[in-house]
Amino acid sequence: MTDVRKNGSSDVCTTVLGADEIILNMGPQHPSTHGVLRVKLKLDGERVVDSECIIGYLHRGVEKIAEHRSYQQFAPYVDRMDYVAAVSNGLGYCEAVEKLLNAEAPPRARVVRTILTELQRIASHLLWLGTHALDIGALTPVFYCFREREEILKIFEKYCGARLTTHAFRIGGLQYETYDGFEEEVKRFCQDFAQKIDEYETLLTENRIWVGRTKGVGILNAADAIALGVTGPVLRASGVKWDLRKAQPYAAYDQYEFDIPTRETGDTYDRYLVRMEEMRQSRRICLQAAENIPTGPIMAKVGKVLKPPPGEVYHSIEAPKGELGYYIVSDGTTQPYRVRVRPPSFINLQAFDKMARGSLVADVVAIIGTIDIVLGEVDR
Amino acid sequence: MMHLIPPAIVPYVLPVVYALVIVAVLPLMAGYIVLLERKVMADMQARLGPMRVGPHGLLQPIADAVKLLLKEDIVPREADRLMFYVAPLVSVTMALLAYAAMPFGPAFQIADLNVGLLFILAVSSLGIYGIVLGGWASNSHYSLLGALRSAAQLVSYETAAGLGLVSGLLLAGSLSMKDIVQAQADQGVWFILVAPIGFFVYLVGSIAETNRAPFDLPEAESELVAGYMTEYSGFRWSLYFLAEYANMIIVAGIATTLFLGGWLRPFPRIHEHLFGTSVELLDALPSLIFLAIGLYCFRLTPRQPVQIQKFVMAAAGGLCLLLAGAMAASLFAPPTVMQGVHGGFWFMVKVMAYLYAFLWIRFTFPRYRFDQLMRLGWRFLIPLALVNVIGVGTAIVLQQQWGWNPRVTELVTLAATIGVAIWLASEDEKPVAAVVAADGE
Repeated sequence: MTDVRKNGSSDVCTTVLGADEIILNMGPQHPSTHGVLRVKLKLDGERVVDSECIIGYLHRGVEKIAEHRSYQQFAPYVDRMDYVAAVSNGLGYCEAVEKLLNAEAPPRARVVRTILTELQRIASHLLWLGTHALDIGALTPVFYCFREREEILKIFEKYCGARLTTHAFRIGGLQYETYDGFEEEVKRFCQDFAQKIDEYETLLTENRIWVGRTKGVGILNAADAIALGVTGPVLRASGVKWDLRKAQPYAAYDQYEFDIPTRETGDTYDRYLVRMEEMRQSRRICLQAAENIPTGPIMAKVGKVLKPPPGEVYHSIEAPKGELGYYIVSDGTTQPYRVRVRPPSFINLQAFDKMARGSLVADVVAIIGTIDIVLGEVDR
Repeated sequence: MMHLIPPAIVPYVLPVVYALVIVAVLPLMAGYIVLLERKVMADMQARLGPMRVGPHGLLQPIADAVKLLLKEDIVPREADRLMFYVAPLVSVTMALLAYAAMPFGPAFQIADLNVGLLFILAVSSLGIYGIVLGGWASNSHYSLLGALRSAAQLVSYETAAGLGLVSGLLLAGSLSMKDIVQAQADQGVWFILVAPIGFFVYLVGSIAETNRAPFDLPEAESELVAGYMTEYSGFRWSLYFLAEYANMIIVAGIATTLFLGGWLRPFPRIHEHLFGTSVELLDALPSLIFLAIGLYCFRLTPRQPVQIQKFVMAAAGGLCLLLAGAMAASLFAPPTVMQGVHGGFWFMVKVMAYLYAFLWIRFTFPRYRFDQLMRLGWRFLIPLALVNVIGVGTAIVLQQQWGWNPRVTELVTLAATIGVAIWLASEDEKPVAAVVAADGE
């Protein structure tokens, strides 16, 4: 144990100047690192001189587990990566395996998948908004967000029996038919939700303190964002109009009209606005999809035992946090030879140092919140 | 009774009794303010809040206190043990000491110092030593940063809040808390109506001084875990907590005394009498309020799910009826007794209203960042408070030396001060924009 009050760095510059830098370990146990992220900050007063993200506290070897499970058996595991957006994870995995099998889910299944995935995007963004606002010190929005998220989770629960790790989809389509009144419930939620978003915005968007805390904080320009491989709302807030739902349509996204919100500056405020607008767009997609769900089978004929031909496939979807990709190699047996996941949280987290350097401690929590990471996905 | 006490100590008997009452009641009151805070927070956040311990959580503060007392008292191995022990005591002692000059009613005051306000300000700002020492002694980064922040914050906002109070002082012409209230009674107007800007500056300054959101940077949970209190647990932690809530009551008491008319009844000019008696209608109000609360408690009693909760709810209702009875009885007692009891009631009502504003602000706004906090203090509040002092001073001189109409002068100076405030606010935006542009390049 050392005395932190005398714990200076050995850097010549700081010794000569007589001002010591301190090392502050935020996490892995900290109220606002969103799980078990550990951020090592080098501070000059309250200003961040250097930062380092240390991860791996939640590593569960998901990719390795895949090599010892059949294709169907592995599907529930992917729910546990980004556990606040389990439905999106499942969609990405199922579609990747379907691609490997040269199979395609029937139209009805694809529309239902789209609805559930967009609801999941809203739920994920609501959780982000609540915790992000809480990090910045607004105590109330989190309860409003959870109130609406609860409605979404109720729909999930009614559909497949689970709320968080849903395992909603199966390879080849859906396990369950939708319950009676599914369309009406989705529509009712979407209709009510429009004014709920406005309610959150009245609390935050034009609030002087909120604007002061987020505007100009954690700026990431488009070139840096692309160089770092950042995707999702973080990339779009930097001014790059890239959304896989439009760029490489999957599920049933090519059938619906929706906009891709973008902003220019790439600061925390822009990312906030982009995500708020994305919730509105997701609501729009859900409304269109729920209006017209095609009838027909919900499962393609893929057989009970899946034996994809030898080969490899990469399939990615636009998860709430960014591009979620699955790279699957098959050796022709019932178990994948290798599964590699491209997790958006992990790759977006790389931009943290770029955003945080030179900012204050208070900005660090705002930046962690704005990247919207889930440690289950970062560490896998 | 009184003849048993030697004449030499007679003047000290009442103050000692008052001091004991304050020390005994304050922790309980702090506990119930916490409950109030949690209930108000729950109400604003669409949930119920504490419901388990006692009906509607009425016994929650007692359960919390017992829990804190029984918790292990942990001292970090590398901490400065002596300072670690002393720091919370400093905080809580200074907070309690400030009550010595606080007038809860025309009679309920331990000591009417002629520099009462200065004394309260001085003592309550000494409490910051407890925070700084505690943060330093814990030997933890979070504590150290919290302590640093609180020191800088207090220096900035003490100035602003103090300048906000000066307008009240100018109007009263005295530093004695009792005389300030008396001046408002004599002039027939609460000073909030004469110097609203001064009140506003003090409101903001006092939130910052007591480390409440949106200025709760020294204990910002999402950044510094718990700031200077991170390493504290159990009873020492609860001492800090007690000091924080005691300080809240003090700043609310100062604002009440200076701007909200202290123990004075609202609407002093209305003298409608209750039918056929000498009792004024508005004086019956406290009694009626307690009566209403008591009856509401009785109405809720049968709805409580558990027998013990029914019992506690009925007891709370009974207590309220008892207080209503006492309030009503005091109406027919000698005027000094009646004013003492009712003064205390109105004082507490105003303190609670002020604290409610604290809570409302806390649950509505995000937290300021450190540099923004400093900018708000030094570049907005302090200049505004200075202009306000000049404005109020000018108004007083114009009235007293030149015989101008007080309402006209007050309105003119108020308009000028608000103009300055708008100008300051627009100036405040410019450097922020410049910083953003520079960072963006």
